[in-house]
Amino acid sequence: MKSLGSIRRDFAPWNDPNAKPYIQFENVTKRFGDFVAVNNLSLTIYEREFFALLGASGCGKSTLLRMLAGFEQPTSGRILLDGENLAGTPPYRRPVNMMFQSYALFPHMTVEKNIAFGLKQEGMPRADVEKRVAEMLKLVKLEPFAKRKPHQLSGGQRQRVALARSVAKRPKVLLLDEPLGALDKKLREETQFELMDLQQELGLTFVVVTHDQEEAMTMADRIAIMDKGEVMQVATPAEVYEAPASRFVANFVGNVNMFEGKVAERTEKNATITGATGAQILVENAGDASAGANVAFAIRPEKIRISSAKPDGLANALEGEVYDIAYLGDMTVYHVKLSDGQIVRAQSMNAARISDDPLTWNDRAWVSFRPDAGVVLTR
Amino acid sequence: MNTTWSRFNITSITMGFAFLYLPIVLLVVFSFNESKLVTVWGGFSTKWYVSLFQNQALMDAAWVTIRVGLISATVATVLGTLAALALTRYTRFRGRVLFSGMVFAPLVMPEVITGLSLLLLFVAVGLDRGFFTLTLAHISFTMCFVAVVVQSRLVTFDRSLEEAAMDLGASPVATFFQVTLPVILPAIVSGWMLAFTLSLDDLVTSSFTSGPGATTLPMKIYSQVRLGVTPEINAACTILIAIVATGVIIASVVNKRREVQRLRDEQAALRG
Repeated sequence: MKSLGSIRRDFAPWNDPNAKPYIQFENVTKRFGDFVAVNNLSLTIYEREFFALLGASGCGKSTLLRMLAGFEQPTSGRILLDGENLAGTPPYRRPVNMMFQSYALFPHMTVEKNIAFGLKQEGMPRADVEKRVAEMLKLVKLEPFAKRKPHQLSGGQRQRVALARSVAKRPKVLLLDEPLGALDKKLREETQFELMDLQQELGLTFVVVTHDQEEAMTMADRIAIMDKGEVMQVATPAEVYEAPASRFVANFVGNVNMFEGKVAERTEKNATITGATGAQILVENAGDASAGANVAFAIRPEKIRISSAKPDGLANALEGEVYDIAYLGDMTVYHVKLSDGQIVRAQSMNAARISDDPLTWNDRAWVSFRPDAGVVLTR
Repeated sequence: MNTTWSRFNITSITMGFAFLYLPIVLLVVFSFNESKLVTVWGGFSTKWYVSLFQNQALMDAAWVTIRVGLISATVATVLGTLAALALTRYTRFRGRVLFSGMVFAPLVMPEVITGLSLLLLFVAVGLDRGFFTLTLAHISFTMCFVAVVVQSRLVTFDRSLEEAAMDLGASPVATFFQVTLPVILPAIVSGWMLAFTLSLDDLVTSSFTSGPGATTLPMKIYSQVRLGVTPEINAACTILIAIVATGVIIASVVNKRREVQRLRDEQAALRG
């Protein structure tokens, strides 16, 4: 059997031009009065994909999910599931199930009755319902709690009941609205991996809404980053992090150093960017940035080296002063103030227990990086 | 906070309780009076209870009261629940504020006006006054109380429960009966009890809208008192008080137990 990692590595239908899209949002707009929650949005999700909608609150991600579930109707545009237009299909006839942020467990029913609810609605024979419920209870490891009511469970247990209830009907698509939002940090991390395993085991398509970028990065095959009702970028976690499409995405996911400047020189592959104070940065693979364009050079803190002497052989080296140091155990974060006042964040792993080049507050320091360590952003 | 019993506290609480309960205590005590004179103590006796149960007119009135109470409380609960649902769910229709105000107006409407207007209506449409009009009148003035009780529960109702039910394949009707109704049932039950109690002790509206053969217990008691209070009335009232008190005590004990159980469960869940 293939390991989870190798299955996920091979899984990339979005790169296959022949792959059949499973969920399609076509120019979907949703207005609430004057407020535009979703603005002319198009998006394609593939079968068995673990897809994350990531964005700050109010960006329209939950509205998108609720339109897929059928609780809201798009003002204009179409939503297709497996080629079928969902318009006019009420929520109770859609082959999608949702796990609610509040869990929405029925307070007057026991755990097993909660899980059996959806199965009974479709008229499944009693014996089959019992079998499926037992299966689900085992899946989420809640067998001893079958007869309990929701208020007799802890937060983590309630979350697992909600999960079991929403997958019990074997929906084509499972929608998860901030599924881990109410859990504490440690439990959240464990549950992330449980959700990934569950998705592989059941072979379902998951669409998860979250505002937590770490959660989206950990679980999703692809992430759609949303802002003000529009999709800013759809890509794998690695692409989103290493090749953000815009300043917004670069800033939204992880930490980033941003150098604003103009493209001074442009060859086929490379570019030289001149900052406001004249500092020059050489970039490899500068993308579509043309000479003279106003661009931003974005580089992640862990790709910046910090040293007390000017390093040899690195094209990009900027001098500054150590302004702040945060020692986090596994790594140390340095804030270096450059001569033009910009603060550069550099991260270095503490691979050795004792550093041979200790830097401290107000030391002169050099920050340096390779020409291919960052990206040029035109948007 | 000062929790000790000051002289002032003791005095005010004694006065308060005396004010509330002294008349009732007197009524109960004199129901066991041997003497025919209500205000003169003639020794202990239960003979008025025996004669009460032999008083056919009083027993008939009691039976009418109970039937009117049961029917009107049930119908008022259904209508009041529907009104509460409509007013909390369809919040965008024109004139909603006016409508919700109108549902609650009978709460503060002088009962004489309610009774009189109902009487005029029944006369205008040519309905003979009797058991039927009496029941209709009770439905109309108890309904708004049910609506208030149920609406206050619906305001805090988590709509995602209904969405979850529909998401799992339940039609709107199935969702209502399997999820909404069971969750708001305690409020509906208390609405029913409130309506029943209000119907039991109503005198003014009943006097306006009742006719021959449909005399309720409060009406009967009131008319007998005008001819002079007999200890029989005291006995009837004592029985009524006993019934109401038992109901209230049972309800609060059950509530209390449930609350304690819930707290214990929640603490157990937090630990485990």
